[in-house]
Amino acid sequence: MTDTALSDSTHSTDSTDSTDSTDSTHGAHGPHGSRVTEGAPHPSYPFSRAAGCPFDPPPEFAGLREREPFSRVQVFDGTPAWLVTRYQDQRAILADDRFSADALRPGFPPQSPGLEARRKSGKPLSFIAMDDPDHNRVRRMFTAYFSVRRARALVPRLSEIIDGLLDGMEAAGPPADLVSSFALPLPSLVIAEILGVPRSDHHLFQSRTKVLVSRSASGEKSLAATNELTDYLGGLVDEKVKNPQDDLISNVAAAHLPTGETTRERLAQDAMLLLVAGHETTTNMIALGTLALMRNPDQLAAVRDAEGPAQIAGAVEELLRYLTIVHTGRRRVAIEDVEISGHTIRAGEGVILANDSANRDATLFDDPDDLDITRPNARRHLAFGQGTHQCLGQNLARQELQLAYPALLRRFPALRPAIEERDIPYKHDAVVYGVHELPVAW
Amino acid sequence: MHIEIDQDRCCASGQCVLTADDIFDQRDEDGVVTLLDDAPGDADAQARAEEAAALCPAGAITVRA
Repeated sequence: MTDTALSDSTHSTDSTDSTDSTDSTHGAHGPHGSRVTEGAPHPSYPFSRAAGCPFDPPPEFAGLREREPFSRVQVFDGTPAWLVTRYQDQRAILADDRFSADALRPGFPPQSPGLEARRKSGKPLSFIAMDDPDHNRVRRMFTAYFSVRRARALVPRLSEIIDGLLDGMEAAGPPADLVSSFALPLPSLVIAEILGVPRSDHHLFQSRTKVLVSRSASGEKSLAATNELTDYLGGLVDEKVKNPQDDLISNVAAAHLPTGETTRERLAQDAMLLLVAGHETTTNMIALGTLALMRNPDQLAAVRDAEGPAQIAGAVEELLRYLTIVHTGRRRVAIEDVEISGHTIRAGEGVILANDSANRDATLFDDPDDLDITRPNARRHLAFGQGTHQCLGQNLARQELQLAYPALLRRFPALRPAIEERDIPYKHDAVVYGVHELPVAW
Repeated sequence: MHIEIDQDRCCASGQCVLTADDIFDQRDEDGVVTLLDDAPGDADAQARAEEAAALCPAGAITVRA
């Protein structure tokens, strides 16, 4: 998301409104696919990772960055798009108003069948799929809750939640599933508290989110999960209007419903974006980041034994760069002809910005395939996206990760996977990469 | 050095505050950038201001020599 951890959503951020994609259907003329070429189909995107390289992006990217930085691909429904693999080109496009994030525009390369189902439903998309100035107007209803100062003020509460979860793991004893016992409940509790979602309803959003971020869920299934979540959140908006609390939904409803700046339906939609993006992405960063550190014991030790916050902050940025869990590309469509690095993208053509490729671009990052928590320019990564859609929840995500990794590693200094590498269930089928579960021992 | 900000363009990512919280701040009501110091004097602060301008996703910070 770009406005959130996905951009606009936590990294996940570009992905919540759309989600699943089925296996590609080569040559199919999709609803957006006015320019599918005759003859041989383009390669299907997303590509697969290489066997035995769970932390590395698909191997095709290195050659494309070198030889064909704008290449033709097509997505699951046959919609063609330019795949952009270099760092500087992605930065330029994501910061350029001539590219639209409106997923309903013709030519936009959809993430999943869910999007087409949404289009037919006529329901509004959240601000992640809007363009400025409308996008920024809506985004600013929520930005106060995700500032650097707000994230820092949450430290005591975050530490309390983290300690409680680690106490639970320790009391139950090894082995434990790191995802269900730590990586998922931490961000879920936090975003639910910020929004004002009662704890008794957490199971509802966790189960529906799982469907939303699956690329293999059908359009109908994805739409049903979306509708269940937005119906629930619409009811919650009504409840907060009647009995306001000090939480995001209550405050935004009080400030912006009476003025007509938002509606019950739109607020429910935006709240869903925050809810989904706010926990799915951070969950995966905690679990996959811990696994990456366990595979690099010297760096695990450096994070565990770090004396100052700067070292931890640097490690978090490097893990964000190295893992780039929003791994199916941020997407845009050109609204006029645009020339980028000498390459012309025509009005109506879709572009896919593979941020996982940009974050391994050696023109910016030395030895880009190495995890190096002391990397001086790790913060230049595009894991949160770029442009005005850049992840809304990034400071909350950073704060959660900066506390979670060292607390976990200090509580369990000998933390290790409790299963063989070949048995680890990676989320190859999800818009946001990670592990479905990760049994650990200590 | 002189720093200018574009509050209309700002998307409240907070990158500037993370980089230089002695130079930039975010408004309480909407996280939009404010300037604490539009002409930092020492070399370290100037370097951080330039870094903040480079990291700003919205291109809302302009630094002039």
